Amino acid sequence: MLQTRALGKLVVVQVKLYLREPIAVFFTLLMPVMLLVMMGFILGNEPVSELGGRGHLDVNLSGYAALVIGILGIAGVPIETATRRETGVLRRFRATPLRPLTYIASDVLGNFAMMVLGVTVVFLLGRFGYGVRFHGSLPTLALGVFLSAAAFLSVAYVLASIIPTSRAAMVVGNVLLYPMLVLSGAVVPQQVMPETVRNVARFVPLTYVVTLFGGLWSGHGLSEHLREILVLGGVLIVGVALAAWLFRWE
Amino acid sequence: MGEKVVEVDGLVKRYGDLTAIDDISFDIRAGEIFGMVGPNGAGKTTTVECIEGLRRPDQGTVRVLGMRPGVDHYALAERIGIQFQVDALPPRIKVGETLDLFAHFYSNPLEWQKLLEQLGLSAKKHSPFATLSGGQKQRLFIALALVNDPDLLFMDEPTTGLDPQSRRAMWGMVEDIRARGKTVFLTTHSMEEAERLCDRVAIMDHGRIMALDTPDNLIAALKAETRVVFAVEGRMDTEVLSDIPGVTRVEQRNGRVVVHGSGSGFLGRVISALESSKVSFGQLRTEEPGLEDVFLALTGREMRD
Ligand SMILES: Nc1ncnc2c1ncn2[C@@H]1O[C@H](COP(=O)(O)OP(=O)(O)OP(=O)(O)O)[C@@H](O)[C@H]1O
Ligand SMILES: [Mg+2]
Repeated sequence: MLQTRALGKLVVVQVKLYLREPIAVFFTLLMPVMLLVMMGFILGNEPVSELGGRGHLDVNLSGYAALVIGILGIAGVPIETATRRETGVLRRFRATPLRPLTYIASDVLGNFAMMVLGVTVVFLLGRFGYGVRFHGSLPTLALGVFLSAAAFLSVAYVLASIIPTSRAAMVVGNVLLYPMLVLSGAVVPQQVMPETVRNVARFVPLTYVVTLFGGLWSGHGLSEHLREILVLGGVLIVGVALAAWLFRWE
Repeated sequence: MGEKVVEVDGLVKRYGDLTAIDDISFDIRAGEIFGMVGPNGAGKTTTVECIEGLRRPDQGTVRVLGMRPGVDHYALAERIGIQFQVDALPPRIKVGETLDLFAHFYSNPLEWQKLLEQLGLSAKKHSPFATLSGGQKQRLFIALALVNDPDLLFMDEPTTGLDPQSRRAMWGMVEDIRARGKTVFLTTHSMEEAERLCDRVAIMDHGRIMALDTPDNLIAALKAETRVVFAVEGRMDTEVLSDIPGVTRVEQRNGRVVVHGSGSGFLGRVISALESSKVSFGQLRTEEPGLEDVFLALTGREMRD
């Protein structure tokens, strides 16, 4: 049973609370944008021969966009949820008829909106601020963004369900996040990585987001990315099932 | 007496080796303020939360408003209000926003603006939770517990941490809630609070209910003595007092005399004996036995130990 009245209100409050947290906004929404601006400043987007005649931003833009999804999903949402569990905020909700599923849905929807917003800002800035050419179709790219966001939010809730404290969530977030950012190609392009590193990267889910975004941005259709879609879809389904089973208020 | 809104039968709750609740049974009736008093660790919070369905008892049955706590959780949550001993909200959520949000969780919420007004929080409507004082937070949590206009309200130490004025205001509020036909279950450390506010009181210690009755009956059952206390200049000859029928003991220390005794006319006889003995005395007062004495008699120690 979905509690629509509660859900609508809770989504709005969740987003407001998130936007009132300057540090969280900085590390999740603004960092990828700042990375884009810094790289644009240092490297520019001139065609480079090692990158097959494309500019640094042409190659990396989709990685910065993927970063938004990775950071919120692996660190942002689990840390916030663990903090709420630890401080007893979730317990306060438990004293009401609010269902766990409604709470999770509101948090997922709110963070989904934030992910889409963050990705959009990165793409718009790349396209119009640095002239990174867009060859794809908007609806197709949007589908790729939605799928990736949903998959990472399900991972976020699996983590949030099994990690007991906010401190542990921070540790796990950092331990998973930094290798993931580097391996996935979100910061350093896959093209310049050695073969062995790329083999490891195949086990990092964010890699598929980077590849999917890059492909869709450069004009591929969804059918050319069945592998990415299957992996992210699989992550989504397994994640939802696990989170629904594992989530606890306290 | 109203019908039973809470029925607890043979409740046992263990945490590892510790038996926090040791086979207790009691009922709460519609329209009463039911109090549970006891020292730290007596098992008050555990009892309350087993009844609310937030902790699972190891043995025994609990019925609340005819429902099974924990099992019929969502239906029950619509009709009860819960104020936790320790409670939390996101630091940046605003007071008005919080009430509006929680009002949306229930099918028949009260008008939350009025509730804010009644609790004296209207001026704080736009303040973030983290900026509220302890007492203001407490009142906000009470407002959250009342937003669904519950038939049964649980309050776990509602006046701990409040100044005397807010405490009195809280008592008034609890009485208003009862006057509207609701039932209240509250826990407290304060015997004064229990005596002043509760229709019936359960005295709890080490997970057991030591006594359960109206405050008057609990005190009367104690057959405790009244004390007459007064000041004298210098020392007086206390023989005139110890000879009075009903007096059991007279103490004299530092210009202060305490006469212990009981029976009807005890106070009058003490005063007339003093008058006729021409002793100059002042600051006379009597100390009636209270729940504090009941606790002492039942457990052999003071509440605050
Ligand atoms: N979750 C728990 N795990 C282990 N032990 C617990 C837990 N909750 C309570 N206890 C223990 O059970 C006993 C009763 O605790 P409870 O919180 O019910 O007491 P209380 O009467 O509410 O005390 P206070 O007046 O301090 O609030 C205590 O000894 C406490 O340490
Ligand atoms: Mg307690």
